Amino acid sequence: MTEKEKKKKAARTPMPEQAPEVRRRNFLEVPTGYTEEMAVAEAQRCLQCKNPGCVKGCPVNVDIPGFIKLIAERNFTEAIRHIWSTNSLPAVCGRVCPQENQCEGLCVLGKKGDPVAIGNLERFAADWEREHGTGALPPKQPSTGKRVAVVGSGPSGLTVAGDLIAKGHDVTVFEAFHKAGGVLVYGIPEFRLPKAIVANEVNFLERLGVKVECNAVVGRTVSLDELFEEGYDAIYLGVGAGLPRFMNIPGENLIGILSANEYLTRANLMKAYKFPEVDTPIPHGKNVVVLGAGNVAMDSARTAMRLGADSVRIVYRRSRAEMPARAAEIHHAEEEGIEFFLLTTPTRYLGNEKGRLTGMECLKMELGEPDASGRRRPVPIDGSEFQIECDLCIVAVGSGANPLLTSSTEGLKLNKWGYIIADEETGKTTKKGVWAGGDIVTGAATVILAMGAGRKAADSIHKYLTFGW
Amino acid sequence: MFKIIRREEMSQGNVILNEIEAPKIAAKAKPGQFVILKANEEGERIPLTMADTDPAKGTITIIYMVVGKSTALFKSLKVGDGFQDVIGPLGKPTHIEKVGTVVCVGGGTGVAVLYPITRAMKQAGNRVVAIIGSRSKDLLIMEDMMRAASDELIVCTDDGSYGHHGFVTDQLKVVMEREKVDQAVCIGPVPMMKFCSKLTKEYDVPTLVSLNPIMVDGTGMCGGCRVTVGGQTKFGCVDGPEFDGHQVDYDELMMRLQAYCEDEKRCYERFRTLHAAG
Repeated sequence: MTEKEKKKKAARTPMPEQAPEVRRRNFLEVPTGYTEEMAVAEAQRCLQCKNPGCVKGCPVNVDIPGFIKLIAERNFTEAIRHIWSTNSLPAVCGRVCPQENQCEGLCVLGKKGDPVAIGNLERFAADWEREHGTGALPPKQPSTGKRVAVVGSGPSGLTVAGDLIAKGHDVTVFEAFHKAGGVLVYGIPEFRLPKAIVANEVNFLERLGVKVECNAVVGRTVSLDELFEEGYDAIYLGVGAGLPRFMNIPGENLIGILSANEYLTRANLMKAYKFPEVDTPIPHGKNVVVLGAGNVAMDSARTAMRLGADSVRIVYRRSRAEMPARAAEIHHAEEEGIEFFLLTTPTRYLGNEKGRLTGMECLKMELGEPDASGRRRPVPIDGSEFQIECDLCIVAVGSGANPLLTSSTEGLKLNKWGYIIADEETGKTTKKGVWAGGDIVTGAATVILAMGAGRKAADSIHKYLTFGW
Repeated sequence: MFKIIRREEMSQGNVILNEIEAPKIAAKAKPGQFVILKANEEGERIPLTMADTDPAKGTITIIYMVVGKSTALFKSLKVGDGFQDVIGPLGKPTHIEKVGTVVCVGGGTGVAVLYPITRAMKQAGNRVVAIIGSRSKDLLIMEDMMRAASDELIVCTDDGSYGHHGFVTDQLKVVMEREKVDQAVCIGPVPMMKFCSKLTKEYDVPTLVSLNPIMVDGTGMCGGCRVTVGGQTKFGCVDGPEFDGHQVDYDELMMRLQAYCEDEKRCYERFRTLHAAG
């Protein structure tokens, strides 16, 4: 058997994780990470393709075979530095990227067996550096004297900051919340992405020279034009989508109905799962319903389970095949005892005399003809009404464009849904010196797509600062 | 850190004034807008409408009643201490214009929120009649400031210990009976705003109220501050905090303010026990 054949036969190294019956009641991270031996064994499976598919699948084009080779050689210090040259947030990406649709989806080993566990290896390299690394920073270009304001400290903003600081520009990130990280901090739960890891990634950028200003609501505390007056040469807008959608059905303002944004912000940013050790409360539902079936819905459902719910149900109007969440998240949720009420839609909420939620009335659906999204349209079945008892409902049916900044800014063109119009290749908006990317341009998407948009915008901003608009 | 440079106790120590260094907010804030404050790492984000700002000095002033753990924690901060986080200015400013005669009605700590609006209404050239009230004389706040900010000040107490005996609604009715009122601004406890608005509706006087729903981010992101106004759901933080008083569903607001009452009690009890133990 040749070396190549041996590699093809070696099984993918499974990620160790907390057992479902244990983790469903705690907030510790679910996957516990590769050991050095596991990482090296998994890295050795990589065929080191000359024309690697994985890199093409990565929105920020990480040199995946390159860093995996360094791990296989046990050169962990260089492995992480190799990733840093194209990705400032590897500890985050290794955990939350949908690798199955990106790098791993295009891995040649995946054609006949399991692809290389690229995400797990990226996470390993980042974690190894945090725990054992030298802390030595990657190289930086000499100062250009140009100043860039990045609005929003989520994945796209941090990517822009990381790219431009390395190119010698002076970068300040403005964050509306009291803590940096955007959706990585308020949205994604501790058990999927520990907040200490996000803080560490932000701290890495600060050590590179990025200034982070929290409690700065751009659009209120300061306007874009004022930032230009203060001497910023370019502005990147990565403010996220940030407007919760509700069902707009009767009874939605009963106590016990929260947007996923609110529920997760209380749990994650405010750490309300530690109440009363922290001061922010969060509702503890006995019977919880989560509306929607995306990643945010899974995060909400799994959070409710960890807060002690007796039952947690995902109510979704389409069927399993259309659920937008990552397969791994659905799998984790099911393992933890989350139930799925598919082809079901709520028609009204039911409450008691104190204005508290007691249940909801639902209709059964069936799939009809495909709609504009190409998915079969769910159609209500007449007379199929039934009731679900619940005392907490988390509405996770997507988000829209928050108008706080865009409505207070002259010269910024928006599309009919309120998202910022930006050039797909460069991120340039209709306002001179202003770029935008991430969810405020595309609508709610993934961390890595926002980072990809940030990468393109950073390249364009760099060109502008060097050669002009 | 946002340093406290002045601290006063009012209303028998139940109401606290903090003047805080926040130059960026002070430079921007307009009457009717609010800030969110967080005392420390574990603290809750508490929205409070500003009672005053001094752009030259770079300070904002908040006045709050101690009602639970977070406000008790705020109260424990001394001059020289600070808030870890202050975010703002948030919400829409009050629409100020010359309309003729404006009646500004304030109850309890609502008077603090009403003060900068009263002053701005007068500066805009309106004749301003202010009515302020409290349960008793000891609990009345900002009487002198309100007198200076208005053309006429009417004071009342529920128990008759000072000024007119009775509620602010009684005096509001007296004023509307005696002269033509072009606008009312009513700020205070929810039931007070409800009954003031009911009354002004009878006299067909446009009325502004300032709402204080539970919120987290204050930027329209969480939707926790949902209020029903004219049959539509609005977000208190970005669509408000001021709304047409004749359109607000006050009963729903009162219910929603109770969402965490059990948790709040538990948290406050714990704080008092820990505090007493030193």
